[in-house]
Amino acid sequence: MPTSENLLWLIALPLFSSAILLLAGKRANSWGHVMGTIVSASTFTIGLVEFFAMQSRPEESRAVTQKLFTWISVGSFNVDASLLLDQLSICFVLLITGVGTLIHVYSIAYMSHDLDRRRFFAYLNLFIASMLLLVLGDSYLNLYVGWEGVGLASYLLIGFWNQKPAYATAAKKAFVANRVGDVGLSLAIMIAFATFGDVSFAGMKENVDQASSTQLTAIGLMLLLAACGKSAQFPLQSWLGDAMAGPTPVSALIHAATMVTAGVYLITRSNFVFDEAPIAQLMVLIIGGITLLFGAIIGTAKDDIKKALAASTMSQIGYMILATGLGPIGYAFAIMHLLTHGFFKASMFLGAGSVMHGMKDEVNMRKYGGIGKFMPITAITFGFGYLAIIGVPPFAGFYSKDKIIETAFNEGGMKGLALGLATLLGAMITAFYMTRVVILTFFGNERWGHKDEPHESPALMLIPIALLSVGSIASGYILSRGEALVHWLEPVVNPLKEHHEELLPPIVVSLMTLGVVAIGVTVAILKYRGVQADHAPEKVSVLTKAARRDLYQDDFNEATLMRPGQVLVRNLLNIDYLVIDGLVRSVGKVSVTAGNQLRTLQNGYVRSYALLMVIGALALITTIWVVTA
Amino acid sequence: MAIANYLYLSAILFTIGAIGVVVRRNSIVVFMCIELMLNAANLAFVTFARINSNLEGQVIAFFTMVVAACEVVVGLAIIVTIYRSRRTASVDDASLLKR
Repeated sequence: MPTSENLLWLIALPLFSSAILLLAGKRANSWGHVMGTIVSASTFTIGLVEFFAMQSRPEESRAVTQKLFTWISVGSFNVDASLLLDQLSICFVLLITGVGTLIHVYSIAYMSHDLDRRRFFAYLNLFIASMLLLVLGDSYLNLYVGWEGVGLASYLLIGFWNQKPAYATAAKKAFVANRVGDVGLSLAIMIAFATFGDVSFAGMKENVDQASSTQLTAIGLMLLLAACGKSAQFPLQSWLGDAMAGPTPVSALIHAATMVTAGVYLITRSNFVFDEAPIAQLMVLIIGGITLLFGAIIGTAKDDIKKALAASTMSQIGYMILATGLGPIGYAFAIMHLLTHGFFKASMFLGAGSVMHGMKDEVNMRKYGGIGKFMPITAITFGFGYLAIIGVPPFAGFYSKDKIIETAFNEGGMKGLALGLATLLGAMITAFYMTRVVILTFFGNERWGHKDEPHESPALMLIPIALLSVGSIASGYILSRGEALVHWLEPVVNPLKEHHEELLPPIVVSLMTLGVVAIGVTVAILKYRGVQADHAPEKVSVLTKAARRDLYQDDFNEATLMRPGQVLVRNLLNIDYLVIDGLVRSVGKVSVTAGNQLRTLQNGYVRSYALLMVIGALALITTIWVVTA
Repeated sequence: MAIANYLYLSAILFTIGAIGVVVRRNSIVVFMCIELMLNAANLAFVTFARINSNLEGQVIAFFTMVVAACEVVVGLAIIVTIYRSRRTASVDDASLLKR
């Protein structure tokens, strides 16, 4: 495998820049954002150079590695800190640095009024560095470092405005939910080490047939848990909605395009485990299916534009996770949907940020309405993203989502039918809630209730959105033309072992999908056309109420985890106080009491001392006499 | 007369001295009782020297007398000083060191 010396720079540059921005303090306020953006752009350039170099090499020598240093060397266990750039990582590198750079540019304008803009860029660069380490690590242990790094960056950025207690709490919630997933990842690494004695991707893949299916299933399930935490999948999904407390560029970059898709990357990277562990793979399918419907249902009832988009992200990642569960053919489609989703969801989030920018940070869609004519460019680019996500040809989502639905149906049997119907239903609900978002925001009567008209955002914000929406138009076609991405990824995700017979021809699936999408759109138009009130209706169905409360996920967590946890902690505290502290305190009390008793001997009377001496001497003599006798 | 009787006498004298130290309050009497105990010990030393037919016990008896003489000097000086400052010779009144 050829080596490359450039890979280190991908991580070192943003990491270094982040350190400078954090250490330089106020001195860097005037140029910090420029440096952060330039650094991000240069990582993108390195990524492009590597991509073209990779393309020019023959297929079997495309992956490159770079060994940095020997990290752990204990007996037969060796972990090198080394990087691996293969066909899968390069997709992520380009997505992260490309979208990342656009969002850096956007943030210059979006955060221009914020006093802490320098710190924001420092965290963004930290995120880029960690995320690149995550996708470039050549072993699970290296990946884990990046995995924790993005968790940290996510925590710092969600709580960026931590002067508001609710935002700080949201950051903590995200951190705790991620922690549950991280436990899964660390357990997976431990089991892998116990099984293979090696935690590198290549080493494990080579020896995968030596492991028992139980061990592989355990590793797979733990990896799935990790993916659930990072990618906001059921049952660890509740943090994503609250994570919208962070600045909008963060929501676009971390909580839509890149970090939350790390779970999909993890499962795709571990394809050799999941292909041999059918139970784990089935669980992946179930989790993906549940989440795609879960997120979609929540999305229908949210009035906060960012939370509606967050619910949509959850649902779309559900699609990707489901696709990864479909085996070798599914991985490529999952990655394809991941890439197209990165474009259109980031562009929609940035569009939402642009609307908020023009609307004095109002996020409630009930207070929007008719913004389209004041912010035409934002509206048009958002429209492209909208058409892409609901899957209208020739926009990107059509190519990627249809493939997933088609593959789900082709799984065959009851399983295929259930998965296919779930994905179809998801597509219909997606069409409904996205149409709702678009109508409430850009069409209809003006409901913002003050005289200031919304204004279009500056060019520095609009250009990134425009570039991303170009991606949301064209990326699907480019990636699926001649199955480009599928062939590109073949060396990583195992060439297709067997060709599924096609139960349904692609055109039928496409027509079905378009049919349900049309139903969703029509229902939404019928429901939300005309004049809307500037507040949410109070008398709503049980389902709407449930969806507004995130299908009671927080209530469920609170009732089953938080309250019992509190009771447990309180009892443990009592046990600690009464038993353990009691033990320590009684030891103290014994010596205090003994001391008090003994103190009375020290009464200052010479005669009593003399008596004690006599008694002592007698005791000594008696003892000696008894012992020697 | 059996030589062991000297030892009994020594023990009796020592006991009387010890009891005197414990029960009497007058420091002069306590002091005399201490002398009594020292001399009881001396008697025992001499007796043992006799029993074992060597001179070590008698030599130690001389040492004891020297020590007792020094002790008398220091002890009486302390008693007199206390008497001067506190107008009492009772040992129970000199209990300021407690606590």
